[in-house]
Amino acid sequence: MKAAVIVFPGSNCDRDVAVALAQATGAAPLMVWHHAGELPAVDLIVLPGGFSHGDYLRSGAMAARAPIMRAVAERAAAGVRVLGICNGFQILTEAGLLPGALMRNAGLKFICRTVGLRVERADSAFTAAYRVGQEIALPIAHADGNFFADDETLKRVEGEGQVAFRYLDNPNGSAHDIAGVLNRGGTVLGLMPHPERASEPAHGGTDGQALFQGLVAALS
Amino acid sequence: MSVVIEPAVTPELAAEHGLKSDEYQRLLEITGRVPTFTELGIVSVMWSEHCSYKSSKVWLRTLPTEGPHVICGPGENAGVVDIGDGQAAIFKMESHNHPSFIEPYQGAATGVGGILRDVFTMGARPVANLNALRFGSPDHPKTRHLIAGVVAGIGGYGNCVGVPTVGGETNFHRAYNGNILVNAMTVGVAPADRIFYSKAAGIGNPVVYVGSKTGRDGIHGATMASAEFSDDSEEKRPTVQVGDPFTEKLLIEACLELMATDVIVAIQDMGAAGLTSSSVEMAGKGGLGIELDLDAVPCRETAMTAYEIMLSESQERMLMVLKPGCEAVARAIFDKWELDFAVIGRLTDTGRLVLNKGGTTWADLMIEPLVSRAPVYDRPWLPTPAAAWVSADEVPLPCRPCEVLLRLMGCPDLASRRWIWEQYDSQVGADTVAGPGGDAAVVRIHGTGKALALTTDCTPRYCLADPYQGGAQAVAEAWRNLTAVGALPLAVTDNLNFGNPEKPLIMGQLVGCIQGMAAACRALDFPVVSGNVSLYNETNGEAILPTPAIGGLGLLRDVRRRVGLGFVADGDMVILLGETRGHLGQSLYLREIHGREDGTPPPVDLGLERRTGDLVRDLINDGLVTACHDLSDGGLAVAAAEMALAGDRGAELVLPIGVDPIGFLFGEDQARYLLTAADSVQILHRAGAAGVPACVLGTTGGTVLTINRCNAISLVQLRAVHERWLPQLMAGPAAAAGCPPDSERPVGATGCGC
Repeated sequence: MKAAVIVFPGSNCDRDVAVALAQATGAAPLMVWHHAGELPAVDLIVLPGGFSHGDYLRSGAMAARAPIMRAVAERAAAGVRVLGICNGFQILTEAGLLPGALMRNAGLKFICRTVGLRVERADSAFTAAYRVGQEIALPIAHADGNFFADDETLKRVEGEGQVAFRYLDNPNGSAHDIAGVLNRGGTVLGLMPHPERASEPAHGGTDGQALFQGLVAALS
Repeated sequence: MSVVIEPAVTPELAAEHGLKSDEYQRLLEITGRVPTFTELGIVSVMWSEHCSYKSSKVWLRTLPTEGPHVICGPGENAGVVDIGDGQAAIFKMESHNHPSFIEPYQGAATGVGGILRDVFTMGARPVANLNALRFGSPDHPKTRHLIAGVVAGIGGYGNCVGVPTVGGETNFHRAYNGNILVNAMTVGVAPADRIFYSKAAGIGNPVVYVGSKTGRDGIHGATMASAEFSDDSEEKRPTVQVGDPFTEKLLIEACLELMATDVIVAIQDMGAAGLTSSSVEMAGKGGLGIELDLDAVPCRETAMTAYEIMLSESQERMLMVLKPGCEAVARAIFDKWELDFAVIGRLTDTGRLVLNKGGTTWADLMIEPLVSRAPVYDRPWLPTPAAAWVSADEVPLPCRPCEVLLRLMGCPDLASRRWIWEQYDSQVGADTVAGPGGDAAVVRIHGTGKALALTTDCTPRYCLADPYQGGAQAVAEAWRNLTAVGALPLAVTDNLNFGNPEKPLIMGQLVGCIQGMAAACRALDFPVVSGNVSLYNETNGEAILPTPAIGGLGLLRDVRRRVGLGFVADGDMVILLGETRGHLGQSLYLREIHGREDGTPPPVDLGLERRTGDLVRDLINDGLVTACHDLSDGGLAVAAAEMALAGDRGAELVLPIGVDPIGFLFGEDQARYLLTAADSVQILHRAGAAGVPACVLGTTGGTVLTINRCNAISLVQLRAVHERWLPQLMAGPAAAAGCPPDSERPVGATGCGC
């Protein structure tokens, strides 16, 4: 599996996810600067966490209009897997590649803690190494993780089974406890929790490892 | 273009700039003429307490600053220690007290930004932030507002720049009602052969400005930080700077990218006193002159004067000297990161600081005498009178020990800080092995199996009662906290927060604390490599508690060897190492249960401290220990409760026969650790051989913490009390009214006569 990590000004989990990808694939991913007009041929595109453009204006709003996002959208349309973690998830919703939006946490504060999640889908490349109903623990670290969509969208998202992960104890007010959501084709995933922060024993948890291993198994 | 006319400089104007009359006379002697307004501004910040350390310098020199691991001690932007394998750790702690009181969010945020720059300017990638906070009484009307703002500011900045905030400490005391303390510490890692210093070299070399544009914010911040507060201090709000962590993140990446090339001669961040201190310090260290064209400085506002440009404390700016002809290489990097880059001057052989703008020379000063003849004061001081001894007979248990323990676990200085640290990203970087809540944070050195252990410590009430013992205790506790995770303590950064040094008793606190620190640093091989002094922490004449915050850094050669404080398995033996005499003076038991803040603080026996700590570290490194916690505030009972909560596992403890339960459970004797092990035999044997007192107190297991069989507290109840206090405080009086009272009784406890 060849992976590319898009680096925006203000990305700060780019290195962390690169390490997790390298551990899973045995090869370092390509790091692609947001100004690049083209993407090399890859099997997976990752939008990392952080504060792209300082989260000024709206989280992810400016990054969603970066030059590289045209190429990301084209690849996504062609079925290339796209993973957005935290700020990456926010960028994907701002870019229209995923439904909904991520608002300020209901408690209005940044939250960094490990939360429980339930896996809702195991038939996507991202979740193939999990079981449906499996409960896992992953860290979250965000101020804007409150997933919102209008009723009609939520109905469609639920109806088409696009919810990939749900919070067991909703930390941020997300609609329907949604922590991670897929596009209709199951080829684009956005999630607020950080699997790269739970991918080796030194992290205190390894439940994120399966996400990367599942991708490797599905895409190699 | 309008003509700028500067005010004429008079003795009165000099006094308004904070210069004493003899200091102004000295300036006149150096310049040989009346200085210009811009010159007066420059010298007033250079000679401010904040930048010159004029009241503390003679005493700071008595601190040990050398050791086998020290690469660079005090005097640079931060201290540098060798951590093996060609790597160095670079770290420093710095205060942002006054700005944080006036405008808590921006004050704290820019405190974090400033200390980050001190570290990455030396070539290190910042890997961890910590912060030592002191707030006023919880029921003071401003306290909630200050906590909320400071915590949001620290988080807002640190989270965005992507440096994990992994630890720190928070205390409450009414002495901080009008003057909170916000001390921020940053730790970075760099290749040991790629450290960047601030000494300028190379006549004719270009002086380059990078980062954010210069605005009028923060003008005279350093002078503000060198004066006492009064009720109208909030009018000083315009002197507080505004932070932009996004730009800082870009600046980190751009500087590190540039540092990977070979074009930088010297580099320094623009912190307090901005362009003034950076340009003067760089040229001064190199024995050179510097000529700046202030028209070339990127400005955010129009019509800024030379005075304003030189004194602005706008954030996220750096000054560097490049090798000749390397401007294009550097400019390309800063263009990529969309940051300002401007050549604003050259190094000269004149030894003078020359500032030109709009065809006029606004300042022309010899640099060397401004540095070498800067005021230094050996201020008169008085020792703190000795406090009286407090014996256990005076302060009997008012209720059963388990009820005392519950009250302590929910008191302001011991209640959980989760409300604070959950607002900090403690994990970004994916190398945080142990985050907030333990004795020391543990951060793996990226790509290796090694780790840094980090802590901040100080017990201000001890320092007030006995500055010498308090200073020694702060160092000893930091050393102990690093030891408790299994790390070898390497070096210290200090942040000395005191009141007005012109008062002999306050000066005596500073002297006593430094003397105690020096003794402890020597005995524990724990040299001071960097630091910061914050004086005049007074409001309306009321001084803060003397607060020499100690930031400690240690090394774990194999991160897999580290232990945490939580009980890890049922059936482990709980062992107390160290000597318990039952010292109650200045204890939290005395304060929280008897309302008394008197007595002598626990004496620090540095020999025993060393022996006990070295033994504990060896036991951990030999894999014999499953959990370890240092004993400090609240004593043994609190330590046991914290270990139980961290491991979500109870214990059954029995006190040795014949001990006084108050002193044994709640005394704050130093040089003690509580640890657990699967087998106690070897530990007791090795403790005996090392001459360290040791005894087995019981075993871990269950969901209840039991002391002497009859005192039982369920972990559920302990946790509720421990976790409730701070969120309840922050929710405000309305929310608190609906909560159960603090005097809630332990469940499942039976009558007892311990």
